[in-house]
Amino acid sequence: MSQSDVSAPVIELKNLSKFYGSFQALDDISLNVAAGERMVICGPSGSGKSTLIRCVNQLETHDSGQVIVNGIDVGKNRKALREVRTNVGMVFQQFNLFPHLTVLENLTLGPMRSRKMPKDKAVELAQHYLERVRIPEQADKYPSQLSGGQQQRVAIARSLCMEPKVMLFDEPTSALDPEMISEVLDVMVELAETGMTMMVVTHEMGFAKKVADTMVFMDAGKIVEQSTPAEFFSNPKTERGRLFLQQILQH
Amino acid sequence: MRKIPLQWAAFALIALSVLLTGCSDKLQWYVVSPATETGRANLLFMLGGLKYTLLLSITAIVISIIIGLLVALPGISKNPFARGFNRVYVEVVRAVPLLVLILWVYYGLPIMLGIAINVFWAGVVALALSDSAFEAEIFRAGIQSVDRGQIEASDSLGLGYIDRMRYIVLPQALRRVLPPLGNQLVYMLKMSSLVSVIGMEELTRRANELVTAEYRPLETYTILILEYLVLILVVSAGVRWLERRLEVKDGR
Repeated sequence: MSQSDVSAPVIELKNLSKFYGSFQALDDISLNVAAGERMVICGPSGSGKSTLIRCVNQLETHDSGQVIVNGIDVGKNRKALREVRTNVGMVFQQFNLFPHLTVLENLTLGPMRSRKMPKDKAVELAQHYLERVRIPEQADKYPSQLSGGQQQRVAIARSLCMEPKVMLFDEPTSALDPEMISEVLDVMVELAETGMTMMVVTHEMGFAKKVADTMVFMDAGKIVEQSTPAEFFSNPKTERGRLFLQQILQH
Repeated sequence: MRKIPLQWAAFALIALSVLLTGCSDKLQWYVVSPATETGRANLLFMLGGLKYTLLLSITAIVISIIIGLLVALPGISKNPFARGFNRVYVEVVRAVPLLVLILWVYYGLPIMLGIAINVFWAGVVALALSDSAFEAEIFRAGIQSVDRGQIEASDSLGLGYIDRMRYIVLPQALRRVLPPLGNQLVYMLKMSSLVSVIGMEELTRRANELVTAEYRPLETYTILILEYLVLILVVSAGVRWLERRLEVKDGR
């Protein structure tokens, strides 16, 4: 994959630290994500990768440092935070679809309430993205009537309906049955090909090799390595990186 | 599931008639017999209280649900003062016996505020206030039972507090609190009988007046029990209908 336009960072994390009590989940992290960049974050569980990605749209608040998205400091005030959230899409491990709403209602709620989009336009947009994730025929079903893979694709479409500048993925395939992982990854690969800026926490190293511009390896709340996938997978610079790759690639 | 209220009604009626036939010589049904003119008049007199029992209960329930929700919301706030308000309200209001609250509102509140309050509104205020503390706890439990991921998803879509509550949290919470809410409805309907002590002309008061006039407490109060039984079975059936409807909408 070619290096994308690296002029203006879409996400700037500056000296980010976060504590849970006395446990330091993030330790002075600085990281830039450029427009169009696809960044994959990996690391052992408890290394802080989910916490990091959740700090970007402030589902977790940081204790010190700065998060700047599209030039807006998320910590500034409530208005800035909402502005950032409408421009940052997020896909969760557990899908988090709204169970009492139909697929279509799940997709139209954000645009209608956050962007004040009229209903007919929101429905049109929703249908467009449902087609993109290849489940237009499920629009009137409830989430519980869909398979896990379908639910996650609906969740991706729901985020896309906000027409975000960045998409965050927090272990999007970890809760899926193995046979459903590829249908979700396929949609993510296609999304990457459209030039979407993406930050992805995942253990799917095949996906990382295929789409990532940048690999970030975290351990104990710190960024241990940051390089291209080619470099990271063939020749990790640190012992911890080597060990991690051995453990997840051995089967 | 559907037939349970009916079966219970049948069971209750049979039990009651077995109980009462055992003392048939002591029963004088003429006081409330639809076959005689006085019996009919007495029955109508008793049923005349239905209007106020219903009006009182429904008004109080609506108000108590609104207050209950408004008290529950600060209870889940991050702000310790908001949570403190919720705790104090629930603990204090919950600790006052309903009968005492009715007396206090009717006889005490007008002196404190310098206003006139009629029997009906005194009853509504006391019932609604007392019930709102219980509603608040029910709503708080319901709201807290909504998965954290739902809130994160609505945050990530940029929804504000009001939209999040209105479209995501409350619809899911309401569905879960329907059974305890139904319980509270039934409880309130029964407790409205206490308002008879300040002279509200509802079902219990009417029965009391009839007993004073006719000296037939067994027959009169038996009819009164049946009145409440029928009323509450109707309410239960209504709540169950609502539960089924919401389940269907969920697609489960």
